[in-house]
Amino acid sequence: MTLTPSSPGSAARRPRGAVRQSRAGTAFVAAYVVLLVAFGVLPTAYAVYFAFTDAGGKVTGFANFTATAHDFRFMDAVSHVAVYLAFWLLSLVVFVVALALLLHRLASGSASKALRFLYYIPGALAGAASVLVWLFMLDPTVSPVSSLLGMSGFHTFGEVIAPGNLPLLFTVIAFWTGAGGWIVVMYGALNNIPTDVMEAARIDGAGAWQTAWHVQIPMLRKWIVYMVILAFAGGAQLFVEPQLLSLASVGVAGRDYSLNQLTFDFAFQMNNINGAAAVSVELLVVSVSAAALFVARSGFFDAD
Amino acid sequence: MSRSHHRPPRRRSVPHLASRLLTGSVLAAFLAFFVLPVLWLALAATKTDHQLVHDNPLSFGSWHALKANWDALTAFQDNAIMQWLGNSALYAVISLAITLAVAIPAGYALAMTEFRGRHTLLIATLVVMLMPNATLVVPLFLEINAVHLIGTMWSIILPYSFYPFGVYLTYIYFTTAVPKDLLAVARMDGCSEFRVFWHIALPLATPVIALVGFFSFVANWTNYFLPYVMLPESSQMPIQVGVGTLLSNVPSFNPAVGTLAIERPQLALATLVAITPVLIVFLFAQRFLVSGMLAGATKE
Repeated sequence: MTLTPSSPGSAARRPRGAVRQSRAGTAFVAAYVVLLVAFGVLPTAYAVYFAFTDAGGKVTGFANFTATAHDFRFMDAVSHVAVYLAFWLLSLVVFVVALALLLHRLASGSASKALRFLYYIPGALAGAASVLVWLFMLDPTVSPVSSLLGMSGFHTFGEVIAPGNLPLLFTVIAFWTGAGGWIVVMYGALNNIPTDVMEAARIDGAGAWQTAWHVQIPMLRKWIVYMVILAFAGGAQLFVEPQLLSLASVGVAGRDYSLNQLTFDFAFQMNNINGAAAVSVELLVVSVSAAALFVARSGFFDAD
Repeated sequence: MSRSHHRPPRRRSVPHLASRLLTGSVLAAFLAFFVLPVLWLALAATKTDHQLVHDNPLSFGSWHALKANWDALTAFQDNAIMQWLGNSALYAVISLAITLAVAIPAGYALAMTEFRGRHTLLIATLVVMLMPNATLVVPLFLEINAVHLIGTMWSIILPYSFYPFGVYLTYIYFTTAVPKDLLAVARMDGCSEFRVFWHIALPLATPVIALVGFFSFVANWTNYFLPYVMLPESSQMPIQVGVGTLLSNVPSFNPAVGTLAIERPQLALATLVAITPVLIVFLFAQRFLVSGMLAGATKE
């Protein structure tokens, strides 16, 4: 047995230690594996099983998928979520990167730090709270920016929540709660760019724009992709925003708006568990493929 | 208006006045966007509904109105708001405890030990982490229903406790911040694997424990869809779902409501109450956050 400290990976040289470690490693992950199976793998399997069977448990192939796709609300919900995702991802990429760059250039370190924290505060209002806040902000009778709403031609709450405005409204809500956290992340990633790289850009006479465009943004690429994937996963599951909006507008706006609301409606209002499972499976296929593609291709998660 | 005449290069590049003004106003505009609604919300709770409509939106109402709003809010369904808060705290804290007990050892083992299936488990964690959890709500309902746990607190605590993002953060932390040699030395000194974890790795992991705890607590506290499906009884609702119930009892949003109505300032107060725990955790976790949210960024 050699005495040089070796890495755990070199199992061949330290067979006894490796066996011991392997047992310990398995023990340390055991509880997690149980939860992973119970709440990750099993529900997925359940969804697939229900999606391909009928209420009596008989295999029906793609019948549930075609039936739900023919529901008059289905294509609407798909396009609602797609338009919302486009707005949300675009605003996130443009504004988060721009704000992080601006904060990074700020001469005063303490001002930059304070701003990062203040931008981050709405993150505490994620979920139902953010929707309530924005219901108030968008109600011209009580909004602090009612003059702004008036100038844009909105005088009643009903006008503000017209169907065409909803993707934008949900984008504002999501950006308000989510952007601050990502600004912190991007800022940190900017800090990690080696000083000699930045110095070289400066010596080459690059201005702020050139440095940002040719040096900083390319080095943030990995992080931008990471942000987009997580935001995509979060955005595709749109539920609480339209659900609360429909409560606030007595069902006028936001009812059956998103795919998740539709699964809820199939499962609990129409008693069509199999149809709900079919829509869940579709959402899962899209998001897992996106995730798998990202894990495999981005090099972000080098698994070793 | 540009004052851009050429200057000799300085040690620090001095931005031109125009670009400085632009930077300042962009940052200020976003500051207003992020902070004004929070400020408005805090002030709204101190007003009567009449003041809310007619007074300056950013004015303070009165302590008296705040007290009256609080009394009206707690009178709703016989102090339901306190029960909802208690429920939220119970669910979030138990899930947090299980999450930490499960995720920290798992992340440690993935990073620092070698065992069969490690690579597969890591990939599975990454994929599940990037998967939107709300798509699993209906299947989870079916599964929980099959084991007769619907309507019990375990129907949300157990799914909350499964937190792959926490495992991933822990994994990243150990691969980047803790040298493997350190553990190898301890092993050669005859420490058992459990002692290595407990006495060497765990004390080094305080920042990541705080971070996983923070994210898990906030995610559990703010979740809406899962408890909305699993716990429909008002006595079991967490505050997030409860606030939704309040919303449907506000006459200006829902004219069909009768005498048990909630007014808008009371709804604003309820929202404030609902977010206060998260806000407090925010303030305390701040210094962990900045370093911790970058856990992956430092990985090179």
